[in-house]
Amino acid sequence: MGYFYPSSSIKQEIVKAEFTEQALLKGLANNDSKAIEALYKDNFNMVQAFILNNNGSYDDARDIFQEAMIALYEKAKSDSFVLTSKINTYVYSICRRLWLKRLQQIGRYSNQIDSFEETVAVEEDLEIHEKRNAEFAIMDRALNSLGEPCKSLLEGYYVKKLDMQQLAKEFGYTNADNAKNQKYKCLIRLKKLFFAQYNIGE
Amino acid sequence: MEDSILIQAIERYLEGTMLPAEKAYFEELRKNTPEIDQMVVEHNMFLHQMDSYSDQRNVKHVLHDIHTKLLERGDINEGGELSTKGRVIQLYNKYKKVTAIAATVGGVIALVISGLTLYLSPASNNQIQELKREVESVKRNQQYQGAKLKEVDSKLPKNAILTGGGSGFLIDAKGYIITNAHVLKGSSFANVINNNHDEFKAKIIYRDEVRDLAILKIDDEDYTALKTLPYGFRKSDLDLGEEVFTLGYPRNDITYNKGDLSAKTGFNGDSTRWQLEMNANPGNSGGPVLDKNGEVIGVLSTREKEAEGVAFAIKSKNIFKLIDEVKDTDTSVQKIRIVSHSSMKGAERSSQIKQMENCVFLVQAFNKK
Repeated sequence: MGYFYPSSSIKQEIVKAEFTEQALLKGLANNDSKAIEALYKDNFNMVQAFILNNNGSYDDARDIFQEAMIALYEKAKSDSFVLTSKINTYVYSICRRLWLKRLQQIGRYSNQIDSFEETVAVEEDLEIHEKRNAEFAIMDRALNSLGEPCKSLLEGYYVKKLDMQQLAKEFGYTNADNAKNQKYKCLIRLKKLFFAQYNIGE
Repeated sequence: MEDSILIQAIERYLEGTMLPAEKAYFEELRKNTPEIDQMVVEHNMFLHQMDSYSDQRNVKHVLHDIHTKLLERGDINEGGELSTKGRVIQLYNKYKKVTAIAATVGGVIALVISGLTLYLSPASNNQIQELKREVESVKRNQQYQGAKLKEVDSKLPKNAILTGGGSGFLIDAKGYIITNAHVLKGSSFANVINNNHDEFKAKIIYRDEVRDLAILKIDDEDYTALKTLPYGFRKSDLDLGEEVFTLGYPRNDITYNKGDLSAKTGFNGDSTRWQLEMNANPGNSGGPVLDKNGEVIGVLSTREKEAEGVAFAIKSKNIFKLIDEVKDTDTSVQKIRIVSHSSMKGAERSSQIKQMENCVFLVQAFNKK
């Protein structure tokens, strides 16, 4: 009954595709903007179409997609990372889950979510992602309630990865040592604020 | 102040920038002072937290920049029409106008010359015909120019020869197209062209000569997969006299035909087919046959030579069977999901056609020279 056409070339292409997907994920984990751009280009339109088709706006599509990319980023970075499905299936599944949740939150949940794409189970990954998000939200709040110049000083050091010399210059400290001392003081305050919230288990 | 000295020490310890002696002293201190030990653990955890927090913020930043960049480049789109056209086709559209103007100018000049010839020579019927011919040939020239542009655009390798063609339609929005196996007979690759004359490369992923069905997969970066298909696939039986219709490419433009179900079996009692009272032409092969609700009941495939207006369609059941059979062995077929729900139910015919015409393709089969 029939025959495969041309089966050998199909197999080869699949192997090749997986290889490049691995490379893309490695690039994502290293925050390589070329890899991220490729991933963005390959997957965004599919997600946008899905969101728009299910009561969402362009902004919703962007939010949900970027959230999914961050979840993928976290997954790609973790030591236990294994790719069990194609990237687009994974991203789609995450977005679908996130969007269903969002719809539920605003009380517009309908069973008839419109999609016939294949999905994989992502609940566990999303749980980890959400827990992490909650922790980051605490960090955000702690940073924001620090006040200036502490907030900018710490952001400069930890987020923008500037060195003490640059920071001293930018903030007008007479030398790097003074800036460093100030940074430690700020860090102690931030730590207190963070753990106060964190240990409540918020 | 003391706290900050301690934190500084802990941080250096964690970073591994302490001198060996200092490190040994600090480790001793850790061992003997649980409070300090606890502080080290806590601070380590905090720094990790801070690190991943920073990483996430940086990635967010990159994502935001990329979004803006892709928007500017038109790779993604917010609002307005989503462009499904490839760059080559966009280029073609861009210069189409210029070509048309050039051709028109050529046409006008030809007309003037012919007019002059006519004016300067004695009038006779022959010459009027000649004029006609000349105008005709100008027209042909215009078309020729059009054809040439298309040729440049074509995504085919240079040594491709056309072996046949017909119609085909999406069975899965991801780009899986079903057509007749006989449409692809003797070919090694194919391309598909939609109603907007956008051309896409397609891979032949499966053919079943017995059922006379074949599956293609659009394999072209210019192709943007549809969200969902407007039509579904009917599993239930049909009644005689039910109205059916088809879309296909007996010409280069998509063409609609309608008819009725006239028998539940095909030629010589073939139970895998429907008999339709319908005018089908060469090129209609591989097109979808749908009922009035917009559910696919079959794939148009043959007509009777002897009788006028009798056509046969392969029942859609065979598509399900084919996919079920091949699923276990062929990974490329596994991904196909066939939907039974049609969203065109109750819509007027013209709107049904409008919704689905982008899902029906002109299939061109090629072989290498």
